[in-house]
Amino acid sequence: MKQNPLSFQLKLNPEDFLPATEEEKQSQIIMRESVSFWKDGMRRFVKNKVAMVSLVVIVLIMIFSFIVPAFYPYSYKEQIKGANHLGPMEYSEEEQARIDAGESVFPHVFGTDNLGRDYAIRVMMGSRISLLVGLIATAIILVIGSLYGSIAAFFGGWVDLIMMRIVDIIYTIPDILLIVLLSFALKAPLTKVQEVPGFGWVGTVGENLISIFIVFALLYWVGMARMVRSQILTLKESEYVTAARALGVGNGKIIKKHLLKNCIGTLIVTTTLQIPSSIFTESFLSFLGMGVAVPLPSLGSLASAALNGINTYPYLLFIPAALISLIILSFNLLGDGLRDAFDPKLKH
Amino acid sequence: MSEYLVDIKNERLSFFTPAGEVKALNDVSICLKEGEVLGIVGESGSGKSVTAYSLMGLTAHPGKLIDGSLYFNGHQIETMSDKEMRKIRGNEISIIFQDPMTSLNPVYTIGNQIAEAILLHTDKNKAQAKVRAKELLELVGINEPEKRLKQYPHELSGGMRQRVMIAIALACEPKLLIADEPTTALDVTIQAQILELMMELKDKLGMAIIMITHDLGVVASMCERIAVMYAGKIVEYGTAEDIFYEPKHQYTKGLIRSIPRLDTKEHERLVPIEGTPVDMLNPPKGCPFAPRCDACMKICLREMPPVTNFGEIHYTQCWLNQKEEMEKGAANE
Amino acid sequence: MIKYVAKRILLAIVTIWAVGTLTFFLMNMVPGGPFLSEKAISPQATAALEAKYGLDKPLMQQYLTYMSDALHGDFGDSLKQRGRTVMSIIQMKFPISARVGGLSVLVALCLGIPLGCIAALKRGKFLDSLISVISTCGIAVPSFVICTLLMYTLGVNLKLLPTMGLTSWKHYIMPVIALSFYPTAYIMRLMRSSMLDVLGQDYMRTAKAKGVAGFWILFKHALRNAILPVVTYVGPMLAYTVTGSFVVEKIFVIPGLGGEFISAISGRDYTLIMGTTIFLATLIIIMNVVVDIVYKLVDPRIKLK
Repeated sequence: MKQNPLSFQLKLNPEDFLPATEEEKQSQIIMRESVSFWKDGMRRFVKNKVAMVSLVVIVLIMIFSFIVPAFYPYSYKEQIKGANHLGPMEYSEEEQARIDAGESVFPHVFGTDNLGRDYAIRVMMGSRISLLVGLIATAIILVIGSLYGSIAAFFGGWVDLIMMRIVDIIYTIPDILLIVLLSFALKAPLTKVQEVPGFGWVGTVGENLISIFIVFALLYWVGMARMVRSQILTLKESEYVTAARALGVGNGKIIKKHLLKNCIGTLIVTTTLQIPSSIFTESFLSFLGMGVAVPLPSLGSLASAALNGINTYPYLLFIPAALISLIILSFNLLGDGLRDAFDPKLKH
Repeated sequence: MSEYLVDIKNERLSFFTPAGEVKALNDVSICLKEGEVLGIVGESGSGKSVTAYSLMGLTAHPGKLIDGSLYFNGHQIETMSDKEMRKIRGNEISIIFQDPMTSLNPVYTIGNQIAEAILLHTDKNKAQAKVRAKELLELVGINEPEKRLKQYPHELSGGMRQRVMIAIALACEPKLLIADEPTTALDVTIQAQILELMMELKDKLGMAIIMITHDLGVVASMCERIAVMYAGKIVEYGTAEDIFYEPKHQYTKGLIRSIPRLDTKEHERLVPIEGTPVDMLNPPKGCPFAPRCDACMKICLREMPPVTNFGEIHYTQCWLNQKEEMEKGAANE
Repeated sequence: MIKYVAKRILLAIVTIWAVGTLTFFLMNMVPGGPFLSEKAISPQATAALEAKYGLDKPLMQQYLTYMSDALHGDFGDSLKQRGRTVMSIIQMKFPISARVGGLSVLVALCLGIPLGCIAALKRGKFLDSLISVISTCGIAVPSFVICTLLMYTLGVNLKLLPTMGLTSWKHYIMPVIALSFYPTAYIMRLMRSSMLDVLGQDYMRTAKAKGVAGFWILFKHALRNAILPVVTYVGPMLAYTVTGSFVVEKIFVIPGLGGEFISAISGRDYTLIMGTTIFLATLIIIMNVVVDIVYKLVDPRIKLK
């Protein structure tokens, strides 16, 4: 008779061989808790240190450019007499005299520019403009691009064909050439528009800024449109949508529950990554002198203006240059973090 | 030297994932003689493929062999360097993967990919390799081999691609062919053709085959020995007769009950195995199958069952078999 | 294949026509004219000049005349640089821009591809993190920042390299670095992620199972698949180097086509604007077609349709 030697080593009771109850069996099944897509994504996102740091940086820059200027003692167009080209933390003679007299004078943290304007507030205003351009232009791109893309995808057939041909054409147009031209060409009509009652705000915002928005609205939505279209097409043909349809789920519910939910991750990521690229383009245009109008500063135009004095006043160049790089970097990293968290298909 | 071609003893292998250690193989032993066909059966994640890959030194990152010895044809696999392993791979051991649609490199021609294996392991020059590649395509039953050699994978059907994979695997006349669910991704009619082809080639070339599948029907028709795996353990091992006519383990019994048969009576239903497979990150303390087992006993939830032997080959790891054997022993005394 | 080329050429012609038309009308929306800024000229002389170049005619007629001339390969004379044809200006300026741009593309490919591969292979290790940091920063820093930074450190402070003009090989270094910075960083990222993707593919396992050696697995089986996204990016990259050169040419005072374009716009040199736009658009479109054909050569699955 063969017997397993092991059974002697173990102390076995006859009781051990009694059938186990259902509860006892269940207690052995340890399942990982199932989490929803959003919860899971948020958890991953919050855990991503780089993305969280970028988010904090972005919030800080937002405060710096939207809230701080309201409390700042100088204005971005105020030219302080005798305060031309002050270095960081320096005071003009007049201000020095006031300090000596016991008055408190707010320091020029980043110095002043050639016209005696406080540079810190100009940088704040500049980053405000850059951020605004980034956000608004992206919003325009998002709306136009996703509408166009989804219309093309939903209708399909020749509508899709013609719409995508148009996209192809716009895509191959060298964008900067047209941007340069457009921003020149749009200036005149926009100046005229200001005289029409109710359009006075155009002057306040600046013709150049608006023409930048128009340029974005005309040219930059194509990438978004392509992305949305392909996303919807893939989803439309995916088996779970077919399955939902086979189960008799209505069109509205399919769009809401399946298409939107699956698209939104990619959409958020693409949008976040579009923001830095819009800021990038704006700074590029401003640097070439085709961005916002004087005296309104943008980070690009500040850098461009500082280029001439690079030998003597390098900080005038480095401050806006560093800030614009920081803004773009933060948005890029935030976008990457969002992608890692919410777009499992793109994850590596 | 061993009397066996393949002799895996007490293999333990774990994947060290960020979420924790996954014990993919837990004390797995397998042996196989030259020219034999072994079937490894089990559901997804039970460790079938991991066993086969480790024999080829193809364990994917972050998997690590922890313990055990892997012997193959005079080589001690676990001690070999990557360079030595490369000489064996594709030469003495070959493998056919599950999904022929993704297993061929899309940017090279069929001819190039078959010739690559020949050029690597033989002294043949390019022209000779091409002749051999053509022979191989004929061998695996592909018509117009001359034309196919110049085609790219995307120009062939799934069944055709799997034949190409087999041709690559056979390029250097291996001693052992591992087939990792070779028919899962194919149509049913093509499945039968591929299996038939494999058996035919086995008879012609005399190689041993390890057939990994979750389809009991496939192993029944092909394999001399069968290992049933569950959660990284071999729960029952035996000849095809043992497994199909005298299954001892509750899981094996369940598997057999769940396949459709021609001789079932009219109102007899197929019996599924209730429950879900174990979460390998949090394996139960006792027998992994216990929570799904109809005959689960208190001890099953607490301790791993030891091996119960039923003769030369046939064994199980199940407390129920232990209990029966002990009762038999008590009755005899 | 022939059908594909025909289709592409047709689309290219439509695009070039669209660009040309758009440019023409936009340009004429810009207030002012080519001869208004020259105060020394009397109104009569201005009128005479405008009549000479046909600028007094209705816009639609000007447009049709220009288009039919352009179809015959005649892009007219520059309005501001008297006595020179638009073609001769492009012929003179373009090679300068092309040399800087071409070198930058070359640098971007030669650095980006290997570094991206290394990052993918050393995934999670120090080298990977280092390359990732560099590439992330490279994408975030606008080219004018790079230019000015380079100019300040290498040119002004250390006086290692000349900051203006393009007369010796040393003059090329800074513009090329500045222009290749972004595409290099982008290619590194692209290459890393596509390499990681390819390394996880089933056919890599097949190659390994065949006993192919580590280096060959990478070189033969992985690289050709992983490089596909980079090939797709080459088109946009060319467009970028062409347009990016606007900034670089401005900062380093390089007498290239970009600077010519900007000054043509501010000087309302209509014929030169049109000529440059159509030339650059055609160039980019041709490059895109070439890229598509190269893509087809690398990836046999692509059917040109």
